[in-house]
Amino acid sequence: MAVITIREALNQALKEEMLRDDSIFLMGEEVGAYQGAYKVTKGLLDQFGEKRVIDTPITELGFAGLGVGAAMAGLRPVIEFMTFNFSILAADQIINSAAKMLYMSGGQYKIPIVYRGPGGSAFQVSSQHSQAMESWYAYFPGLKVVMPSTAADAKGLLKSAIRDDDPVIFIEQERMYGMKGEVPDDDDFLVPLGVADIKREGKDATIVARSLMVPAALKAAEILESDGVSCEVIDPRTIRPLDIQTIVESVKKTSRLVVAEESHPFCGVAAEISVQVMERAFDYLDAPIKRVSGADAPMPYAKNLENLAIPTADQIAAAVREVAYLD
Amino acid sequence: MATQVVMPKLSPTMEEGQISRWLKKEGDAVAMGEPLAEIDTDKATMEMQALTNGVLRKILIREGESAPLGQPIAIVGDADEDIASLLAEATSEAKTPSGQSQPALAPKSEPEPAAAPTPQPTDTRSNGRDDAATERLIVSPLAARMAAEAGLDLRSLSGSGPGGRIVKRDIEAAMKQEAPATPTASAGARRPAAAPTPVSAYRDEPISEMLRTIAKRLVTSLGPVPHFFLTAEIEMDRAAEMRKNINALDPELKVSINDVIIKVAAAALMEHPQVNASFQEKIVRYYEQADIGVAVAIEEGLITPIVRGANHKSLGAIAAEVRDLAERARQKKLRPEEYMGASFSISNLGMFGIDEFTAVINPPEGAILAVGAMTPKPVVRDDQIVARQMMRVTMSCDHRVIDGATGARFLQTFKRILENPLYLIV
Repeated sequence: MAVITIREALNQALKEEMLRDDSIFLMGEEVGAYQGAYKVTKGLLDQFGEKRVIDTPITELGFAGLGVGAAMAGLRPVIEFMTFNFSILAADQIINSAAKMLYMSGGQYKIPIVYRGPGGSAFQVSSQHSQAMESWYAYFPGLKVVMPSTAADAKGLLKSAIRDDDPVIFIEQERMYGMKGEVPDDDDFLVPLGVADIKREGKDATIVARSLMVPAALKAAEILESDGVSCEVIDPRTIRPLDIQTIVESVKKTSRLVVAEESHPFCGVAAEISVQVMERAFDYLDAPIKRVSGADAPMPYAKNLENLAIPTADQIAAAVREVAYLD
Repeated sequence: MATQVVMPKLSPTMEEGQISRWLKKEGDAVAMGEPLAEIDTDKATMEMQALTNGVLRKILIREGESAPLGQPIAIVGDADEDIASLLAEATSEAKTPSGQSQPALAPKSEPEPAAAPTPQPTDTRSNGRDDAATERLIVSPLAARMAAEAGLDLRSLSGSGPGGRIVKRDIEAAMKQEAPATPTASAGARRPAAAPTPVSAYRDEPISEMLRTIAKRLVTSLGPVPHFFLTAEIEMDRAAEMRKNINALDPELKVSINDVIIKVAAAALMEHPQVNASFQEKIVRYYEQADIGVAVAIEEGLITPIVRGANHKSLGAIAAEVRDLAERARQKKLRPEEYMGASFSISNLGMFGIDEFTAVINPPEGAILAVGAMTPKPVVRDDQIVARQMMRVTMSCDHRVIDGATGARFLQTFKRILENPLYLIV
């Protein structure tokens, strides 16, 4: 198995899928000549030409909608948002067109589209460019929401997203593009949507983490192991459909749950996971479920404040100690 | 940190409590577990203990006033802490005591001298039971389920989690403790009267479909508990003589006929465990010891304090315990565990000259024995008419647990032992 970055894994997924199926095309700001703001589309314009790798003007609502039309006409568009912060401009096409088309056309139009790009915090890009948008999109029936945390998951999940016949919101993490991991050398390596992954097995407490919080949770588990606390770390990978069963099984084993997330806490994915666990495993809980979320405030620009707004491994470890009644 | 002290639930049916007496004044230091106040509930006067260390900063409900469960009645905090916000919160929560037009702070014109409150004997046992009985139980869902499955009484545990929450590790510790401590019921073993006898252990047996159907049908035919009644007439001469002889040994013993009946019923229950049982909807619960409820008439009605493990106790111990329980029942000083959860009950109206009567079962118990007066009657013995002390008892049985023949066999044993109490020691 090759060790590659998440950036390279995503690039491989796009290339392999475009080679496999010529109805797939890429569209977005700077995806072609500039090879992507984060170089995820590197080399693809040269390889597939302007017909399949299309640079757009700065018109998110427009190209998000073009994608829906292309999908209705039988193509499989992959639309890049330079960051998901800009998808806010395109939300009407995503929510009102892409998510609803299959339903409102009585099943006549499936929309096999992927909207992808980085989300969450980056490095000092301040309030408007550091937002975790997953709870927005996961809220709407008709959309699937995927958030990989490793190179292998990034590749396998993006390939599955492209092959899926429903609109998929595929949120990468800007801080994680350079992270490396083993990826199987297999053009048909797929990670199914809607299946959580146990990143680390443990018995004393369950930590559910996604995206940037997965490495933080694994580090917290390491810190706690030296105290004799064994943590199970679960990455749902797909926010919707959510593999709640895997989480519930784990909580039934450990009786304690911490949900870590980079996003704001209010109406967030951790809130949804918490209540679903409460509904399904109330009698197994030995402590209240604990959330570790990003600050409930706009992301500060200042470096020191930015650091304080994003959950850390230490905070996750402290939350586990709290639900395990260790302090 | 300052905290509100709220009206605790001190009995299973309590909805509000009246402050009988504050045992601390504002400004007094209080330690966790120390008695803070005496509270009159619907059933008894109970001591409420402090749940935190600190200083009693403010009394919100004065002596003689009532508050519903959960209403703040005092504030405990550090001596110099600012409690203004807590106070504001507490007073906004407090509903004006019902039926009182005066502002809550106006002292009652004449605080009732209320039968010079005898300080409740301080319980020096440190099993935490009393603490736990006077506060709302805080328990994690998992711990609650584990305790239910293990048949543990949560009130007997103290929680190690935040705010005293009972959590998994507390249940595990309690289960570890319980396992080796299961008493091997050595019949007749005399126990020192002072040691409290624990609630009976039991085994649960699932109810069969047939029994479920029978239970349902019986209920539709006669009230929620399908009673039936068995009456027997018992010759009491030997029991009366035994009682006289025992009391002659030591006038302090003061054994009554009713004490003898309790002892004999306990012995008979040990021979007929099917009667020492209760119907619990999905299971029938069979108790391992005879926890016998003794109906005591009190001013406000009726209460049945329990002689736990009567099968293990001597007549002298039973007599002393019944006297103590009855006395405290009349003073409303019984703790809930002293009158809840009997396995069998006895109601005696003999002292009122009642020949026989039927008693109503106290659910979920399976039976109650109604005891009439002992009176001399002519009976035929060896073809001769002779006078004998006769007593009629009627057992009310819950048909879902006890069949006619089962009840009859129990009563037969009861009669056999009571007519010849030497059986108690063979």
